[in-house]
Amino acid sequence: MTAMIDIADAGKTFTMHLQGGIELPVVRGVTFQVQPGECVVLSGPSGAGKSSILKMIFGNYRCDSGRIGIRHRGEVIDLATAEPRQVLNVRRATIGYVSQFLRAVPRVATIDVVAEPLIAGGVTRADAQARAGELLHRLNIPERLWRLPPATFSGGEQQRVNIARGFISDLPILLLDEPTASLDAANRAVVVALVAEKKRQGVAMVAIVHDDEVRHLIADRIVDVTSFAAAA
Amino acid sequence: MADQDIQEADQPLLIANSLSKSYGRIAACRDVSFALYPGEVLAIVGESGSGKSTLLQMLSGQLAASDGQVSYRMRDGVTRDLASLGEAERRLLFRTDWGFVHQDPAQGLRMAVSAGANVGERLMAVGWNHYSRIRESASDWLTRVEIDVARIDDAPRTYSGGMRQRLQIARNLVTGPRLVFMDEPTGGLDVSVQARLLDLLRNLVAELHLAVVIVTHDLAVARLLSHRVMVMKGGRVVETGLTDQVLDDPREPYTQLLVSSILPP
Repeated sequence: MTAMIDIADAGKTFTMHLQGGIELPVVRGVTFQVQPGECVVLSGPSGAGKSSILKMIFGNYRCDSGRIGIRHRGEVIDLATAEPRQVLNVRRATIGYVSQFLRAVPRVATIDVVAEPLIAGGVTRADAQARAGELLHRLNIPERLWRLPPATFSGGEQQRVNIARGFISDLPILLLDEPTASLDAANRAVVVALVAEKKRQGVAMVAIVHDDEVRHLIADRIVDVTSFAAAA
Repeated sequence: MADQDIQEADQPLLIANSLSKSYGRIAACRDVSFALYPGEVLAIVGESGSGKSTLLQMLSGQLAASDGQVSYRMRDGVTRDLASLGEAERRLLFRTDWGFVHQDPAQGLRMAVSAGANVGERLMAVGWNHYSRIRESASDWLTRVEIDVARIDDAPRTYSGGMRQRLQIARNLVTGPRLVFMDEPTGGLDVSVQARLLDLLRNLVAELHLAVVIVTHDLAVARLLSHRVMVMKGGRVVETGLTDQVLDDPREPYTQLLVSSILPP
């Protein structure tokens, strides 16, 4: 079987030029693989670099060393050295990222926020909105809110909109940064079910989850990030 | 067909090659190179005096470079050096395949003639002569930029700042350009008006698959609209990359300073 994500010896250090050039090592020697249909959960205390690793896999943080191999349209692309255009192509067709907070554009209706990734992928607006509606239903966002921009929603509602937007596409890799942080039990169960469906579709996932119960339910494997701690 | 599209998208539309501009001993812009692809939005950020506007003027053929060149892939697929174009060719390019959105709408519009004429004028310049069709296209574009069609016969000097800017955008897009230059398009507007304009621009750019070079000092604008960003200081490009990479993980001292200087909302 060929891994969807193949990270080898990746490292990241921040150089803080405004603080006299202090070097802030984040992680080093990050090495693990994720297979199709597998959910790997990153564990470790806060500050251990879990989110940084997720951002390196998405190409949001640059790597200083090593390689982030991503299987994209049948080829392996190293995101650590890829051109910006390649990174964008990989994000369009291969990697989705569900961040902790919704970064919404003012004025855009919730249903369109959720449908947008599908429309960008070539699905018609009507079909995309229909699927967005199904997901919003499952995540218990009442229909009367769909036409409103999510900016005024509660934290939990915004997170569910974000999850719907992240889960709507059929991308083969999903990165989840605390997808259940501000959700109640019923909605946590919906997210667990959504993750299980993605696994059956062969999606490779990397997640950060603080809730023990959810972690237990979705993790096929746990990668302990403390082993990648960069020596200060 | 699809293969051809991919090949088309794989060829740069605009190429800057070692562009420099100096005024006597002052170097306003030094050794800037990049390639812009169809549908790609490039933001040029930096403070006043960083050389970003000089660069934009060179890219859009309004200012001759002291050194280096700009090439553009014309609609016939041939990539030409802008300096080799005749005046008529350059004007045609400007009226059809390119747009230029100025910070001050008064520079891009004719303030005393009607909104409909402002939009229709660009169509007439490329040979449209059927009055009702021009008017139809103008009303269509006013609607797309969210201007009430009832205002079509009013001159833009009776419009608000936000409306003028939207009209300027309609005037630029009516001929279906592939490349649009924008110089601080949200610069003079109130924050609420800015948000509306940005949202509109974002949708139009994606829908029409426009390539855009946008000069802005506002990193929030760069984040919302652009795929790639070039950070300029003292006439040089100090950092370049994917927009979210450069803004979330800035490497250069100057970029870190810019990013850390944003006040939280």
